[in-house]
Amino acid sequence: MMNVAVSDEARPKTGVRAPAPPALISMKQVCKGYGSGESRVEVLENINLNLRQGEFLAVVGFSGSGKSTLTKMLAGLETPDSGTLEMEGQPIIGPSQERGIVFQNYSLLPWLTVRGNISLSVDRVFQHWSKADRRAHVEKFIEMVGLTHAVHRRPHELSGGMRQRVSLARTLAMKPKVLLLDEPLSALDALTRSVLQEEILKIWEEERQTCLLITNDVDEAILLADRIVPLNAGPNASLGPAFAVQLDRPRNKTALNDSPQFKGLRNAVTNYLVAVRQKSRDEQQMASEQPPIQLPDLKPRSMRLPSKAILNAPI
Amino acid sequence: MNWRAVGLKFCKVAGLPILEPFVRLVAGEDPKEQLKEIAKYILVPALAIAVFLGFWGLASKHIVANSVSLPGPVKTFSEGGKLISAHFDQKRLDAEARREKKIEAVQLMQKSAAAEKKAQTVSGQQKEMLLANAAVLKKRAVAAANYRPSSAPSFIDQIFNSLKTVAFGFIIATLIAVPLGVLCGMSPWFNAAITPLIQVFKPVSPLAWLPLAMLVILSLSSSGEPWLPIAFLTSAITVCLCSLWPTLVNTTLGVASVDQDYMNVAKVLRLSWSQQLYKIILPASLPLMFAGMRISLGVGWMVLIAADMLAQNPGLGKFVWDEYQNNSQVAIARIAFSVIVIVIGLIGLFLDRIMICLRNLVSFGNPQTA
Repeated sequence: MMNVAVSDEARPKTGVRAPAPPALISMKQVCKGYGSGESRVEVLENINLNLRQGEFLAVVGFSGSGKSTLTKMLAGLETPDSGTLEMEGQPIIGPSQERGIVFQNYSLLPWLTVRGNISLSVDRVFQHWSKADRRAHVEKFIEMVGLTHAVHRRPHELSGGMRQRVSLARTLAMKPKVLLLDEPLSALDALTRSVLQEEILKIWEEERQTCLLITNDVDEAILLADRIVPLNAGPNASLGPAFAVQLDRPRNKTALNDSPQFKGLRNAVTNYLVAVRQKSRDEQQMASEQPPIQLPDLKPRSMRLPSKAILNAPI
Repeated sequence: MNWRAVGLKFCKVAGLPILEPFVRLVAGEDPKEQLKEIAKYILVPALAIAVFLGFWGLASKHIVANSVSLPGPVKTFSEGGKLISAHFDQKRLDAEARREKKIEAVQLMQKSAAAEKKAQTVSGQQKEMLLANAAVLKKRAVAAANYRPSSAPSFIDQIFNSLKTVAFGFIIATLIAVPLGVLCGMSPWFNAAITPLIQVFKPVSPLAWLPLAMLVILSLSSSGEPWLPIAFLTSAITVCLCSLWPTLVNTTLGVASVDQDYMNVAKVLRLSWSQQLYKIILPASLPLMFAGMRISLGVGWMVLIAADMLAQNPGLGKFVWDEYQNNSQVAIARIAFSVIVIVIGLIGLFLDRIMICLRNLVSFGNPQTA
């Protein structure tokens, strides 16, 4: 396990915490790696995480630090190599409808319409319901994400933001106990992202569902979450100390931008992440004894641009 | 959706981007741009075709072997026209003959009825004779009513026969290849078992299959009369054996490479095996499956001509072969007509378009135009 010394200034001044509610999902000393022998890469090491009932937890990390592996394990799509991973005291051995997951790339089925995509999961999860009940349930969630006008469209006719709304509605409609959001907004443009952040916030505040958000956006994490856990840079990624977000709800993005508490927290989390990555890089550099590569001093033979034929060549 | 959007969507799905500028032109979009598109996709190809026809005409004047010259385009087209009109003449004659036979059948029936009626009134030997007479007349009437003209199949008949053969072979190939491909795609073990067989049989020439196909057909039909002509079955089975592989390989690829994200969705929903197959795997692999079937149909159509020639199945291949045997100026022109214009050109193109259209119908958001 990586021990990182972070200056005290970077730690937030956490106030007195209310007694923590029981953990819904707990990970203890979980390790996960891929490959075997020489090519084996340890992705996650000694992950300890408690997801409490009714809280919104955000895991923030750089890309490539093993965030997706973490969600896949929580969803049950991957099994940990060692350590225990439990939900309500029962080990997680496979995917379950109790843990709904929203994928980064939407994972909508392109041959189904908006309604078809949502119906697929509703029909499966609520098999014993009557047809009319299921239909009404689907319509309710389509309305919740504001896509009533697009029920008959197929995913390729929707914008990225709309697709992610469908994906969100599909998962919410399953009524999972835990909602796992695997970088749900990172494929979207900045404007759509902020609109969807507010929408997720609104939906969450209505339902107060236990939720785990994986993201690489510190602002997003602070806006949405009760608690932020940084994921140290991988390989051998582990979780850093948690930062509590004690901003009042309902939160407003515009108002938060001026809040000193928000700024302080953002700086603290960002500084921590950057410091940890720098440290891990330094260690790697020290570990590898190869001398720095000397680049040869080359000059191009000609400064001419490549001919038009090359520029126009199909890729 | 207005009619313009419908038209554009049709062009896209049907794989006919040629029509797109016309739709836009009618919808009142910038005519200059659309005319440019029309020039690019219609005038330029038309020009190329004209140049080709020019070269063909030039070549026909200079290529002469055994005092037979290569038919020029004009002659080829006029012969083609004659072939088509010959078909309709033949059909008219056949219809006339059938009508005459029908009238004859009615008359014979009347005569037979009259003889029976007369037999009621008399007795003894005369009655027996009249009854026998009536029976003979009735038999002749039935034969006349069931008359089928025995004229040789015309050019158009042969085209339809070819299409029937290729459709039969192709459908059988698809029925075998798709389930097998799905199995191969879903089970790496099954795939490993069957891959060597595919690799060995795939490059085998269609003509090498033909004697084998004929042997199988003959052994199967030795027990009784086959319900389809042997020549037809031989051609169709040869087509089937050749058009099996592209569909099989593409289906395997399509099923094996279903997006992992879709499979994750299936896993999270804990779909049963059959639900996974019908709701996720098959729809996801349909585009590649249809791409394979398109190649299969193209291969089948190419192979059919050779198979028809060898199996003497009365299709286009036999037509080419027969005309080649009657080595004369007119005959060569017919070959040129059938081979260049009809077979390779229009029908092949048409079949290809149908498959593209089907593929586009099942590949959402990712249509292919070529």
